[in-house]
Amino acid sequence: MASTAATTSNDLVSRSGLRYRKIRDRIVETFLLAAGLVAVFTTLAIVVILLTESAAFFEHVSLKDFLTDTMWTPLFADAHYGILPLVAGTLTTTIVALIVAVPVGTIIAIYLSEFASHRLRETVKPILELLGAVPTVVYGYFALTAVTPLLQMLMPELPGFNMLSAGLVIGLMIVPYVASVSEDAMRAVPRYMREGSYAMGATRLQTALRVVVPGAFSGLAAAFILGISRAVGETMVVAIAAGMQPNFTFDPREQAATITAYIVQVSLGDLPHGSIGYQSIFAAGLVLMLITLIFNVIGFSLTRKFREAY
Amino acid sequence: MIETTSTRGTPESTLRNEENARPAGAVTPRVNIAVDDTRQSRAITSVKAQVENLNFYYGQNRALKNLSIPIADKQVTALIGPSGCGKSTFLRCFNRMHDLQPDTRYEGSITLHPDNINLVGAGIDPIEVRMRIGMVFQKPNPFPKTIFENVAYGLRLRGVRNRATLAEEVEKALRGAALWDEVKDRLQDSALALSGGQMQRLCIARALATTPEILLFDEPTSALDPIATAKIEELISTLRDQVTVLIVTHNMQQAARVSDYTAFMYLGELIEFDEAAKIFTNPSKKATEDYITGRYG
Amino acid sequence: MATANVPDYLHPDSIRTGLSRRKMLDQVFVIVGLVLMFACLGVLAVLFMNLVLDGSERFGWDFFTNFPSRRAERAGILGAWVGTSLIMLVTAFCAVPVGVAAAIYLEEYAPKNWFTAIIEINVTNLAGVPSIVYGLLALGLFVYQFGLGQSIAAAGLTLALLILPIVIVATRESIRAVPKSIREAAYGLGATRWEVTKDHVLPYSTGGILTGMILGLSRAIGETAPIITIGALSFIAFLPSSPITSEFPFISFQWLNDPFTAMPIQMFNWVSRPDQAFQANAAAAGAILLGMTLLMNAVAIWIRYRFRKKINW
Repeated sequence: MASTAATTSNDLVSRSGLRYRKIRDRIVETFLLAAGLVAVFTTLAIVVILLTESAAFFEHVSLKDFLTDTMWTPLFADAHYGILPLVAGTLTTTIVALIVAVPVGTIIAIYLSEFASHRLRETVKPILELLGAVPTVVYGYFALTAVTPLLQMLMPELPGFNMLSAGLVIGLMIVPYVASVSEDAMRAVPRYMREGSYAMGATRLQTALRVVVPGAFSGLAAAFILGISRAVGETMVVAIAAGMQPNFTFDPREQAATITAYIVQVSLGDLPHGSIGYQSIFAAGLVLMLITLIFNVIGFSLTRKFREAY
Repeated sequence: MIETTSTRGTPESTLRNEENARPAGAVTPRVNIAVDDTRQSRAITSVKAQVENLNFYYGQNRALKNLSIPIADKQVTALIGPSGCGKSTFLRCFNRMHDLQPDTRYEGSITLHPDNINLVGAGIDPIEVRMRIGMVFQKPNPFPKTIFENVAYGLRLRGVRNRATLAEEVEKALRGAALWDEVKDRLQDSALALSGGQMQRLCIARALATTPEILLFDEPTSALDPIATAKIEELISTLRDQVTVLIVTHNMQQAARVSDYTAFMYLGELIEFDEAAKIFTNPSKKATEDYITGRYG
Repeated sequence: MATANVPDYLHPDSIRTGLSRRKMLDQVFVIVGLVLMFACLGVLAVLFMNLVLDGSERFGWDFFTNFPSRRAERAGILGAWVGTSLIMLVTAFCAVPVGVAAAIYLEEYAPKNWFTAIIEINVTNLAGVPSIVYGLLALGLFVYQFGLGQSIAAAGLTLALLILPIVIVATRESIRAVPKSIREAAYGLGATRWEVTKDHVLPYSTGGILTGMILGLSRAIGETAPIITIGALSFIAFLPSSPITSEFPFISFQWLNDPFTAMPIQMFNWVSRPDQAFQANAAAAGAILLGMTLLMNAVAIWIRYRFRKKINW
């Protein structure tokens, strides 16, 4: 019977050939799925490593000390394990960075989305994105050797290492990111909304500020929050330009260590595997991971909400 | 008895028994088919495919309702009806394009002769169906490869490696699609350099190269200008010598010009099926007449 | 008079003055926007010039062929650029196939269910994980758990994981740009899913995949924090073992296990030295690093442009 034979009435259709092709398809699919699972395993591995090493850390240090002590000196003879100074340093540099990145990024985004010609936008955007591609160690050098001396001209008492210059440079670094996410959000606002505003006699700026920006609000918020997450995780700029001494202060003019800078500092030394100092960087990493995770989750859910809105 | 693809793994024996129960080539109109005695002059002599009680579901939504229709061998059958009537959905059942979307389901059967296999049955691989039944789409969709490679692609999939054979078959297919003279000197040029009408004929050649048993056309001229359209229509008329053609069109003049048989569909149902001349001159259903005379649609 | 009854703000004169004021605000905003935008671009130029000028006295053949030294003027980047090249080799070799495969799976194969959703969420989240956390992962997993030690293999794998989301996202985007009608055409001829993918989807999205690969590598080349964390050495006066040997089978993978340094590590090391003379070395290394990054980005932009022009759906 034709339907079971290897050949069909159509001599170009061979069932055995098809069977081979189908088996090949299944094998390939298995490989592709395995590749997809690498992402899942990476996340799992990060969580497991951070948790197990931190668990060892918290056998020596109480959670209360960790969260309330205002000194972080794990490598000193008189060891203190209070994460607050590192969090304060992280927070301060992040806030300085946002003070630069949010207004500049938003204004550039509004300009590109609502004012610039198509050609200008397509030319400027890739160049702007180069700013985000500069290696962070280069930014660190720039902060230390160019921005700090410049600031010292304005503020003679500013120390050579300070969070202000590190924060400013991080801000500059995340401008393209904030601008690009915001611009995407604003361009997603449908044209009829703009036309409604123009029809009432509004100017471009009025339309941009009163219709487009509110319309894209959750998208803009997502851009800021994802920008925060980037600033919090930034390492090399602070490690180079802000000094690496834990310092419980919110004054950007002082030097201080961030969570990331501390991890770098410890890694530069030669700490034995399994020592408390070794474990402390995982505890610090866990805190860092939690902070960025919270911002990322909020940021991504805002972008999703925004995409659903239009 | 109704077969569904949801009954996975239907033993082939069951399938065979069932096919055997139905004599090959028999026309068994069931629902809504207006067959009357005046049509005997051009009664279907040989059936290439028999659609029986076909239902098609997108999830819970029943898009095709109990269609039964014979597809005449080496003739052109046109499907007409207002947009959304399910004519394209019906066409895509023939080569199982719906299987690419999740949550779709067929009930009933499309029996392909002479093999007596149910195209929408669980026992047959959708890929095999597509290897046997070609399709030309609404918008010309050549691959961004050379003209030659476009036509040769189906043969390559089927394992043809011999260069002479490929060249020969490509030429035959391009001649069959009335494109050979226009492109014979630039077979290695990109297919995207062709005009819209040429692209569509290239897509026809691409489908012809694998000698399909049925060739499906899904509104093949809706993206083309009138001159290109005329060429495609002429081509479809000549194709009936070599292949069974099933064409969906929203253009009634086109259906009248190219088809031997015409089916009028509305809201997923078959309203009337008859030879084209009858449908367009003397339809037996009021709805058909209203549509043809432009009262709705 | 007809206008006598209308309120002041509707009077043609006040409309006109109001309008000219509003239009002026528009102009002001355009100027502010342009100034900020060009200030940002200007910073990039200043950054590069600053590095080139500061490091100018170090540029020379010796800088590329010398190992680091205690004497700033004799210190070079031989170990660093060789290390970076080898790490990039490992990174590209791991991240590109896995990233492209994962992207193909998500775009062409994955059913819409909770399992796929988990993979997607993971990819999105990994893109937002700070790079130093990857360093911690590598330190715990590759260096100690897998026993790779502080080797080129460990560094390459770490950076591969780091750029995986970049490669996946870029590949997915370019795969998505292949129109559905092309897939339908191939399916309509009886192609299997893999045949549709390898014969059509992949070839037509090569441009986007290449772009993603280069952008990912340009990110990896400048990453410092994760490889510091796994313990790259900053003072290395020897090269990794050669991948080509004089004895059969003529290739050796010994270099994978060798300790290493890399360009950004070397630069960081020089920046952190109190001795001012080393700042010039840092600047020179930075200029080369930045130059490489910018070059890779430029190539990526060019490829994207070329392919967009070539295939116009």
